[in-house]
Amino acid sequence: MEQKENEWVDFAVTARKYKTKLTTKYKNRKVWHKPFIGDVISLLPGTIVKLEVSVGQEVKVGQLLLIHQAMKMYNQIVAPVSGRVVEVNVTEGNQIPKDHLMIKIEPK
Amino acid sequence: MTDLSKNIQALREMKAVVEMGGGEKAIEKQIAMGKLTARDRILSLLDENSFHEYDLFVKHDGRDFGMDKKDLPGDGVVTGTGTIFGAPVCIYAQDFTVAGGSLGLQHARKITKIMDHALKMKCPIIGINDSGGARIQEGVGALAGYGEIFYRNTIASGVIPQISLILGPCAGGAVYSPALTDFVFVVENISKMFITGPNVIKTVLGEDISMEDLGGARVHAETTGNAHFYALSEQECFEQVKRLITFIPWNNQQRAKSFESKEPKTDLNIETVVPVDPKQPYDVRDVIRCIADDSDFLEIQEMWAANIVIGFGRMGGETVGFVANQPMVLAGVLDCDSADKAARFIRFCDSFNIPIITLEDMPGYLPGVDQEHAGVIRHGAKVLYAYSEATVPKITVILRKAYGGGYIAMNSRHLGADFMFAWPTAEIAVMGPEGAANIIFRKEIMEAEDQEAMRQEKVKEYIEKFANPYVAASRGFIDSVIEPKETRALLLHALKLSVLKEEYRPAKKHGLPPF
Repeated sequence: MEQKENEWVDFAVTARKYKTKLTTKYKNRKVWHKPFIGDVISLLPGTIVKLEVSVGQEVKVGQLLLIHQAMKMYNQIVAPVSGRVVEVNVTEGNQIPKDHLMIKIEPK
Repeated sequence: MTDLSKNIQALREMKAVVEMGGGEKAIEKQIAMGKLTARDRILSLLDENSFHEYDLFVKHDGRDFGMDKKDLPGDGVVTGTGTIFGAPVCIYAQDFTVAGGSLGLQHARKITKIMDHALKMKCPIIGINDSGGARIQEGVGALAGYGEIFYRNTIASGVIPQISLILGPCAGGAVYSPALTDFVFVVENISKMFITGPNVIKTVLGEDISMEDLGGARVHAETTGNAHFYALSEQECFEQVKRLITFIPWNNQQRAKSFESKEPKTDLNIETVVPVDPKQPYDVRDVIRCIADDSDFLEIQEMWAANIVIGFGRMGGETVGFVANQPMVLAGVLDCDSADKAARFIRFCDSFNIPIITLEDMPGYLPGVDQEHAGVIRHGAKVLYAYSEATVPKITVILRKAYGGGYIAMNSRHLGADFMFAWPTAEIAVMGPEGAANIIFRKEIMEAEDQEAMRQEKVKEYIEKFANPYVAASRGFIDSVIEPKETRALLLHALKLSVLKEEYRPAKKHGLPPF
């Protein structure tokens, strides 16, 4: 395998540093961020077939927010927390990708 | 005569000293953290007066860094035997009050001794983990100790049930003992499991994360899948362990204990639980409650990969394992995590003579770049392997959708299912009507004046012709198309019929499952 000089990097494991190469997967890894409890994010790409809430509305935990059609199923998306809807980033008929922030709730 | 009473008195005094573990102050600290002491944990789990302790007087091995002058009662671990609902078990509990429950060579040897005992006596082994990690002062002796435990976990795997409770920290190499065992129990705010802690992650990678977010109970129950049972208190956790023990056999040569057969007690009507429209979600656990004895179902890994449901119930008084797609979560797809979850459970059931009932309603494998790149091929294959390899009675009921690779994977006839039932609402086909019509009738649709109308017409035609159980039934891939109400009676019949089932595989050292 061909190796370039600049491929070798300092890599710390606990208290020591080692000269090594990195894998592509490691280089592209995402840094962890604490998820916000009020963010309702799509787990599948799909279509919004019904929207039940609007901005400013108070919702209770477990309340139906919208119906998201994906994988041949009308998936019921419910509120993860009680609070006030502060953002709605979808409309009925919208096609959305995975990991899309659909609704933001400000927890009470 | 007087001499004997003196000796007994001396023994009692020595025992009392060691049984105090790390002493009153350390015990107070342990209790302040919401934790029981090691001995109290064992006593809470076992039948009253059934605990017999081993190796109370073992001394530690440390000779360096002033350790030779220190006394560590019981070397920081309590081991012994007892019973749970009359079932014999071997048990050990690390004692955090003694040098932080740290593991030295003799501590480990106490554990390996009780593990060897469990393997010889063919009874379950329960480990309660609460330890700061390797006893650094003992150096490589501590590492040797861990290795000897892992080796026994592996050798005992599939022979006796192995249960791990994480009731405190369990960090670094220590995590691999629970990881090798069959069931891991965690408790909110008490369990912490990780390979490297937040401090190291912060200094090396600059990622800032709390201990709870990195390896708390919820994380392992919900995100990593390392934990099988999650409880809010130690007492709840002990109740979960005891309940699990009633469902599993003592070893791989026996069957689980039989109970009296009980009719399901749910008010739910099996004919209305599952919506006819294949696009409408429902909770598949309601179907399980409609068919299991007493509607009793012990779910495993409830929060992780919830798109598949696994767990134990009883049919006619005998333990069965349920594997069911969950349309309520991610439409019930198979993906990397749900495949891992199902495959491991199927292999547990097969190892311990527990028949498997599969309830199928799934649209297929989850598409997506992240899934493909996460290795859904490799993970998905585990389900095929586990079902094909299993020789316990295997029964499938197709409730609604059974499409494509998912149909094959979910214990199909082709993987060796013994009984294949389908409800009249079943749709067994190579792919969903929309996708299939677009491919098969591509030319007709392209040439039509009104393409959308033609597409709809062809989709309808496909649904009528293929989205049903009768095409598969006509090939004998399905044994019977049944009415939902008949499900329990037919499952009981099938289980009765397969009590003496024998099926052999070619002799081999071991297979090579894709893990």
